[in-house]
This record gives sequence, C-alpha cells and structure tokens, in this order.
Amino acid sequence: MHIVVCIKQVPDSAQIRVHPVTNTIMRQGVPAIVNPYDLFALEEALKLKDKYGGRVTVLTMGPPMAEAALRKAISYGADDAVLVTDRAFAGSDTLATSCALASAITQIHKDMPVDLVFTGKQTIDGDTAQVGPGIAKRLNMQLLTYVSKVRSVDLENHEITVERRSEGGVQLLKTSTPSLITVLEGTNEMRFATMTNMFRASRYQIKVWNREQAGIEDVTSVGLKGSPTVVSKVFAPTPRAVKAEIIQCVGDDPKELSVTLLAKVFAKYPKLEKEIAKRAV
Amino acid sequence: MSEKFDVIVVGAGPSGNAAALRLAEAGLSVLQIERGESPGSKNVQGAILYSDALEKLIPDFRDDAPLERHVIEQRMWVLDDNSFVGSHYRSDSFNKEPYNRYTMIRAQFDKWFSERVQKAGALLICETTVSHLLLDGQRVIGVMTDRQGGEIYADAVILADGVNSLLAKKAGFHPELKPKNVALAVKEIHFMPQEMIEQRFGVKGDEGVVIEMVGKITKGMMGTGFLYTNRESIAIGVGCMLSDFKNQKITPYELLEQMKAHPSIQPMLEGGEMKEYTAHLIPEGGFNAIPNLYGDGWMIVGDAGMFVNAVHREGSNLAMTTGMHAADTLIELRSEGKEFTSANLKRYKARLDESFVMKDMKKYKNMPDVFHTNPQFFNDYPDLISQAARTMLTVDGVDKKTKEKEIRKSFRQRRSLFGLMGDAFKLWRAFE
Repeated sequence: MHIVVCIKQVPDSAQIRVHPVTNTIMRQGVPAIVNPYDLFALEEALKLKDKYGGRVTVLTMGPPMAEAALRKAISYGADDAVLVTDRAFAGSDTLATSCALASAITQIHKDMPVDLVFTGKQTIDGDTAQVGPGIAKRLNMQLLTYVSKVRSVDLENHEITVERRSEGGVQLLKTSTPSLITVLEGTNEMRFATMTNMFRASRYQIKVWNREQAGIEDVTSVGLKGSPTVVSKVFAPTPRAVKAEIIQCVGDDPKELSVTLLAKVFAKYPKLEKEIAKRAV
Repeated sequence: MSEKFDVIVVGAGPSGNAAALRLAEAGLSVLQIERGESPGSKNVQGAILYSDALEKLIPDFRDDAPLERHVIEQRMWVLDDNSFVGSHYRSDSFNKEPYNRYTMIRAQFDKWFSERVQKAGALLICETTVSHLLLDGQRVIGVMTDRQGGEIYADAVILADGVNSLLAKKAGFHPELKPKNVALAVKEIHFMPQEMIEQRFGVKGDEGVVIEMVGKITKGMMGTGFLYTNRESIAIGVGCMLSDFKNQKITPYELLEQMKAHPSIQPMLEGGEMKEYTAHLIPEGGFNAIPNLYGDGWMIVGDAGMFVNAVHREGSNLAMTTGMHAADTLIELRSEGKEFTSANLKRYKARLDESFVMKDMKKYKNMPDVFHTNPQFFNDYPDLISQAARTMLTVDGVDKKTKEKEIRKSFRQRRSLFGLMGDAFKLWRAFE
C-alpha cells in the first residue's frame, strides 16, 4: 500500500502577530510548524502502514523552508518526502494549490502506484478545507472528508471503510480505492519519534521538484494566474467600545442583586421600565 | 545499531554552536543534541551581541546574521523611587564599521548560528533531551536520550546544556546550583513601530541605544535592569539573585511591573504593545562558583560552567569563547593522536586561563559576595545620589556650599563615615 500525505507548513497561529498599522501578518520571528490537522492525517497513514505494510510519502508545496515540515514527518516515520517549490507557485490560492499537488501526486504515482491520499481537515492559516477535496476532484478519486477513524482497508478488493463525523452522528462509509481522506482532529495521537528516525530525518535527502518536475506544463494553472481568488480588503474587526461591568454583590441576597441589576438596566433603557410597569398593571 | 560520533555536543546555544562549528570545520564527526523545538527556542537573553567572540568563529557573520541595531549610545542609570541619575555615552565612532555591539533577538540569531553549524557538517537533532551520560567507569562514552533506541556513543561529550546543567549534576561532576549563585531574570518584548523608536531614542537607521539600570528598581536585591532597542521592538527586563527573590518574597513579574511603572521608564514604553514574556536563570556565581570543567571524555562550556561576567553584562561572548577553546582542545589532541582523557583535557582549562575569560572572571571574583552582603549599594546609594542631584539642581535661595554640606550630612547619616569608607574599600577591592 502506498499512501501520500499532503502536509503544509504554517505559521504557529498561537504566536502570530498582526502589524498594528497594515493589519498584515508579521511572519518574522513567528515559528513555522506543521499544520496541526495534517499531523492527524500523517499518524493515521503511519498506523495503516504499521498494520498493512507499504510506504508513506509526504508531500508539500511551499517555499524552500517548508523542507523542515517534511523532515519532521520523516522523523515520525514517513518513508519519503517531496517538496514542490517554484517561484511560479507564489500567490497560489486553493484552486491553484490543488492543481499543483494533484499533478505532483500523479508524478509520485508513476514511481509507485498511490492507493490513498491523506490530508488534514483544513489548515490553520487558510481555514478553507478546500485543497483536499480539490485534489480528489482533479485526480478523480473517491473523497471522504472529516474522517474520524479508518476502520479497515481491503487491499485485494480495493475497498476502504471509515467513520465520518457528521451532524448528529457518525456515518460508516465504504468506498473504493484510490481515495482521498481528510482527517479530523483528535483522531489519534502522534507517536514519539524514535532515535533511529530522528537520525534518518536529519540525514534524509528531500526530493525537491520545480514546476516542470512536478509535471505542471501549463504555467497559467498555478500561481497568481491560476488563482481566481482575490483578497479585496484586509481589516481587523473593530474592538467593541462597550465594556462589561462587574457588579459587586454584598452578601448572598439574590433579591438585592437583582434589584441592583434592574436599576442598572432601567437607567440605560428608561423606556423599558415604563413598558414593564404598564404590563405589570 | 547505535550511532557513534567523534564528539557529541549537548545544547545548541552559543557555547554549543561555537564548539560544534569548530569541530565540524576541523572535519570531526559531530552530533549536536538540542532539547528545544529549534535552536534558540529555549534561550533567553537581553540581548546584546559583542562582535569579538563571534568574529573569531565566523569572520563574515555581519553578512547574513539576523542583527537588530548596532549600539551607538550606552546609558547607565541609577534610579530611586521616582528619579534617575545617569550618564550617557554616545559616540559617532560607534557608527564606523565594523560595528562592535549589536542588539539581537536570540530566537532568530540562534537559528542562524545553527544553520552555519549544520552547513559546516555537524548533525543536529532537536526536540531530544539527553537524560544522562553513558559512563564506563569514570569515563564518559556517550549519552542516553529520551527517545526509543536512545544510546549514542562518542569519544567526547561537550556539555553545553545551559545554566542548570542537570547532566553534569546527575553525573556528579558538580553539586546542585545554589540560589545565591544564580540570578533570575525576566524580560518583555514590546512591539513598537520603527519611527517611534527612532524619535524616542534619537537614533536613525540601524542605530540603537542601550540602557543599563541599577538602584531601587530591584528593591534592595542584588540585580540590574535593562532596556534595549531592537529594530521594531523594545526589550525590557530585570534580574536579581534567586536567593534575594526568596528572601524578599517578591515575584519576578511584580518586580518588572513596578519597574515598568517607574516615572522615568514608563514614558519609554508608551505606545508599545507587549508581545512576549520570558524568564531565565543566569549563572552569576562568578569565579568561585565555576565547577570542575573537564574529566575523562567530557568538558563543560558556557552557562553550564558559570561563565557569565555579571558586572559587564557579558555571557554569550564567554559562552562562544569557551565553546571554541573546548573544540580547539579536542582538535589539537586528535591531530596529535592523543586520547580525550582527563589528563589531556587539562589543556582546555589552560587555554581558558590564558584567555580573557578566566582573567575577567578572576578579576571580579569577590563581586558577588560584596553585593550580596551589602544591600546598601542597591538601596541607600541610589537614594542618596538622587537626593544629592536634586539638592544641587533645585534653585531655592540656599547657597551651594550649604547644599554641599547637606549632601555630605545625608550620606553620613545614612551610612556613617565608617560605613562610607568601608563601602568604598569593598568596591575598590572587588573591582581591583
């Protein structure tokens, strides 16, 4: 079984800073991490590898520094890593990104047929959850989103059974492989890398592909040209001027508290008091 | 199969990086193990970079090292509760390249330094903690990490694991740190637009200002405060001896909050946005607290070896220099075909004794004790000096001679003539 896991290097959103004047994200000094949702996808793939054997290839598209994310994946136990990087990809939106990744997966498939593609549910920087489904569409693969558990894979009959969380319950779904699975958070817990894999990750030669090597012939299908999404405006939500007030309560008398509260409300909305008084009569 | 290297360096701070870089450049196989997510992620410093030590390791570091501002002005402030008396030294000669001092942000600097080390050929493994040293009798033969299959072997292990060197302690190379030998420093980074920094501190371009502070901001505890200008942020912090914190029953963040509210400091932070809060221990025990630095198959460098000059606020340069000397010792022994035994590693200590490192450490060896036992240096004198300045500067019809008399009287009242002489003597002895 050959599983490709698509991961993305993202700025650690817990430590992100927004420029107070321009409202743009200041990336300088913000650590880059593997998109946390992707780690659930990777661990799920590694678990399948443990169970059924095979290979796990991690794939990412991004700047050269995204190599660190792939190396991390290798340390957890991935076998191979491919970085698709090219200036032509700059400014890619979710459509252009899924085109590029789909093309790269086709290239990987040529070396060793791909049975499953895993992605995280979404990224923490874009939050669109569009790239996974976009890849499935372009590769004509069965799509299983928001998967909370892979029950089993039947390699002979090319079947996969998963649990998918949906509103109001869990769906048990079976479909044919090759398929693309987007994995939900909390599905599993990432393993602790062994010393051997740490060494392997430090020494591993990552495969770096440019646009041509990733099999993308049409320049206009990637980068800004291939991206119909336009960011028309960036703004920070205006902070609310209204401040919450803490009413100090003397003793435990609920009556006193409610009287204080009502007095405050009525002071602000005098009409309300009259209205209620009228109705009470 | 366990891996084997010529040298394992534990830690990827300035001392570990310096050692690993040197060793890798000399062609030795080097493994560097770092506990943090990336080099620098666990490290805290003000931070000032003194060029000299780094220049010896990476002569062209200015080309691509992430530096913030070069320092053209140094202010020394003595503060009482609502004023400061200070000296400022600013010189355009600090604007001549190559610059001598820079402000920097360690998270970025350490990452850059480590990339240089890796480029030189050292293998770096992060997010891995060395749990203990592997021993064959007295001889260190490798390390055990917290990961499955964690034994790694080496001919020598350099302990660059920082101030609280648990490894050396566990192996019995030195006793547990004493609270009187470590300072606890807290620091905040306040984001501030570049133009605001330039206006407020009278600098332009990459020029920077450094303010070192002593006085009542430390509530009589032995310690100092600082404020450094980065490119787009201000670093402000304060550090005092751990034993003093314990006795004074004040928390470090309370101390920093009070310092930030000081009427002379508060205006400098206005309009900034606090972005980062960090705390770290600083080994300030001085010369007398330096542990045994070498043995069969091991050496201690940097903070782990107490290499901080508290008086001159130097640390990372000592770290780099000790790391370099440790590496050079191993390189020399290897080229002579000699083993890394305790008897041979003695050369490391000899190298340090010859360098400015030990000479400076020795020079100020009594400083910690003097300041420890004499809180008046942090309490009474700032008050007195400030009072004196105020008296002289207040024009109120009193003649200057009478004012001088008053000032002398105030000093004698607070410290007695004998006390004043004694203090002067103690300081002279400590700085001699």
